[in-house]
Amino acid sequence: MTDRSVNVVFGGEAGQGLVTIGQLLAKGLVRNGFFIVVTQGYQSRIRGGHNTFSIRTSAEEVRAPQETIDLLICLDIQTRAIHGPELSSQGLMVVDSGWEGNGLACLEVPFKKLAAARFSNILALGVAGALIGLPEEVVGQALEEFFIHKPPSVAGENRKILKTAYQWTEGQPVSFPKLPYPSHPGRRWMMHGNEAIALGALSAGLKFFSFYPMTPSTSIALTLSPQAEAMGLIVEQAEDEIGAINMAIGASFAGVPSMVSTSGGGFALMVEGVSLAGMTETPLVIVVAQRPGPATGLPTRTEQADLEFILYAGHGEFPRAVFTPGSVEACFRLIRKAFELAELAQTPVFLLTDQFLADSYRAIDPFEVSDLSPVRPGTEWSGPVASYLRYALTETGISPRLLPGRSEHLVVADSDEHTEDGHLTEDLSIRKQMVGKRLKKIETLVRQVDPPEFSGDTKPDLLLVTWGSTRGSVLEAAAKMRSKGKRVGTLHFSQVWPLVPEQFMGFLKEAGEVVCVEGNAFGQLSRLIRQETGFQIAKQVLRYDGLPITPEFIIKAFEERFH
Amino acid sequence: MVTLEDYGTFETAWCPGCGNFSILSAVKKALVGLGLKPHQVLLVSGIGQAAKAPHYIRANVFNGLHGRALPVATGAKLANPELTVIAESGDGCTYGEGGNHFLAAIRRNINLTLLVHNNQIYGLTKGQASPTTEEGRITKAQPQGVPSAPFNPLAVAVAMQAGFVARAFSGMADHLTDLIQQAVSHHGFSLIDILQPCISFNLVNTLAWYKKRCYALPDDYDPAQWEPAMKTAMEWGERIPVGVIYRNKRPSFEDHFPVLKQGPLVGRGVDQKKVKQILGSYA
Ligand SMILES: Cc1ncc(C[n+]2csc(CCOP(=O)(O)OP(=O)(O)O)c2C)c(N)n1
Ligand code: SF4
Repeated sequence: MTDRSVNVVFGGEAGQGLVTIGQLLAKGLVRNGFFIVVTQGYQSRIRGGHNTFSIRTSAEEVRAPQETIDLLICLDIQTRAIHGPELSSQGLMVVDSGWEGNGLACLEVPFKKLAAARFSNILALGVAGALIGLPEEVVGQALEEFFIHKPPSVAGENRKILKTAYQWTEGQPVSFPKLPYPSHPGRRWMMHGNEAIALGALSAGLKFFSFYPMTPSTSIALTLSPQAEAMGLIVEQAEDEIGAINMAIGASFAGVPSMVSTSGGGFALMVEGVSLAGMTETPLVIVVAQRPGPATGLPTRTEQADLEFILYAGHGEFPRAVFTPGSVEACFRLIRKAFELAELAQTPVFLLTDQFLADSYRAIDPFEVSDLSPVRPGTEWSGPVASYLRYALTETGISPRLLPGRSEHLVVADSDEHTEDGHLTEDLSIRKQMVGKRLKKIETLVRQVDPPEFSGDTKPDLLLVTWGSTRGSVLEAAAKMRSKGKRVGTLHFSQVWPLVPEQFMGFLKEAGEVVCVEGNAFGQLSRLIRQETGFQIAKQVLRYDGLPITPEFIIKAFEERFH
Repeated sequence: MVTLEDYGTFETAWCPGCGNFSILSAVKKALVGLGLKPHQVLLVSGIGQAAKAPHYIRANVFNGLHGRALPVATGAKLANPELTVIAESGDGCTYGEGGNHFLAAIRRNINLTLLVHNNQIYGLTKGQASPTTEEGRITKAQPQGVPSAPFNPLAVAVAMQAGFVARAFSGMADHLTDLIQQAVSHHGFSLIDILQPCISFNLVNTLAWYKKRCYALPDDYDPAQWEPAMKTAMEWGERIPVGVIYRNKRPSFEDHFPVLKQGPLVGRGVDQKKVKQILGSYA
């Protein structure tokens, strides 16, 4: 138990139903007002291998995963060997009878005696629920909803197994400390990062989504597809990523808010399309869920190493914005902002997440959507038909965008350098004007930047700087350091481009020491800050072993390297 | 009334005598013949000499990347099926760089027309082999002769049961105009592979070479028959058939999307009540 939170880890082979029971327990917890942070660890295979579904939960807000395990549910013997050593001092391991605990605190469950093998995972769920003190009724209800589309007997059978598990566990002489209950349980939703991105996009007016499957971005498509008919959008699995991005550009050109999602390897193929959106000034939202590279890398693990790739992806120079949400709520808020900004500046806008956040279920406060307005593509333009110029040179660099076929105006877009009316040109003086026009849009982007979030002690001895999904771990690590008497601040970037130095240089300069925390080997945010401001962040906490950064990882780095 | 003037006249960057000119004029005539107004038409192209054609027609235009006309055209058509969408590009652009998109467009049977200016050579990059250049042809980039067999787009399209498969020849202007009208009117994906001389870089397949060989399919040829169509698609050499080689009535891609039954996606708002309901299912 760490600070009144419990880290429950289900471990086993793919195909053992571990994600299902993990989700069910998580749902039960959220329904009862608990906070959760889910971390999913899986291998690139459908059956076998070693997978984990970890739920860190507490009555108070938790924002980060935890490395030590309080309750380890071993669905296979490998789990005991791999994760047994990660048990916390009060930790408990649940194993099949006869496996033995190797000297670790251990509850042996006679799985085979209690139920048929195909119910082992539901038994495990019941044992876990009973141990942490979540009422059987709550887990049972989640279970029934899960089987809602099956004949009622299926849910009934599973409920029986759950009851058996609870009764058996409650009769055991183990003393696993029960979770303290929330004093004012709030009503929350359970959602992971990719779901929040999909739903935020829907509320922003997404009408066209094309993709080519690639972990860990695919669940965005899986969230959107079932809603396509009700919400009036088209979801298309393209022939490849090149097809996906060009299709979305075509749809956006024709006037509907469009988005693509992928991961690094797929994005590598999309790059020419990014440049096309930049040149043709077509609004486009691109979601990249990072996983470790280079090449196919570690397909199912996490990393934050594509920042530099996203910043510079595309040949030639054109404006862009890059959002890097630090929480599930921010995924929802910032994907909406990405749509608005893409339309406003008529340029590609990125949302950069990673496997950890993409798959991380959280308990979130419900979003109010009734008063959120969707993006409206195109502009009002009352000039005469013949004088419409798609790329008219304007003060702001933003030209009136009309939609082909919606009026008598003709819309001409070109990937070659073009004149104001969209036709290709090799006139080099026009070229210069057009570059100037496109780059002017940066001013619009700069005015809209989501400022970095500072928290903690002002003028701190130590400032932890970070971006994206690492936010929660940095906040928690800082809180821990503060509780030991150190003055610590944190600075989180939920948008890494454009950077507006006036928004954050003060924090960097006022801090005694600045340390950047990120999930890559180069220290990519540090490099970017130095490039843009000249400010050198000398110390880094970097992780690139495929696992998310945790508060323990940060604190250990300080203990081992800096002091 | 729509007239040829509505579709404009432009100065071009093509070599005098190039087959592109007659294709351009056939496209304009076909659009006028169909009574389509310029703003109802969207021309999408890739990169190459042929891909410049849309710039010489007054209509909506998206001139994208090399090989990528079809996905852009597909996205635009899905967003607004009311647009008449025509993708137009060269053989290198469509069958080489864009090969996978070509296959996907046939499979989707998206309701648009693909016009390929097939000059059996790369024009804009000055005479390298294209996917349709004959095996053994010597070019500056292939001095030992082209080592690969040529791609047969018509046989591939017929094999995949594309909606509408035709061959045309730029030297048979009226025939070409008629084919374009048929293709645009066809509900589903239509391919016209248009044989076109390149006077600068293809000194073998010249206007005279094609004239000697191209013959119009007879009136009693039935494009609904798949097996004879397959045979006709393979016919190449001393005699080259032009006309509609194969046609079927598969439902078009858009027909599969219930959301499009209520009209185009463009212009539609968002029902936030529905979003709220969906969000509620995460409780
Ligand atoms: C991605 C990319 N690769 C290569 C090129 C260079 N390129 C321009 S046109 C062309 C070939 C054009 O041949 P084709 O499509 O047959 O058209 P043509 O010029 O003969 O009409 C090539 C390779 C490019 N513009 N973009
Ligand atoms: S190079 Fe060939 S295809 Fe290009 S314009 Fe000249 S003749 Fe036509």
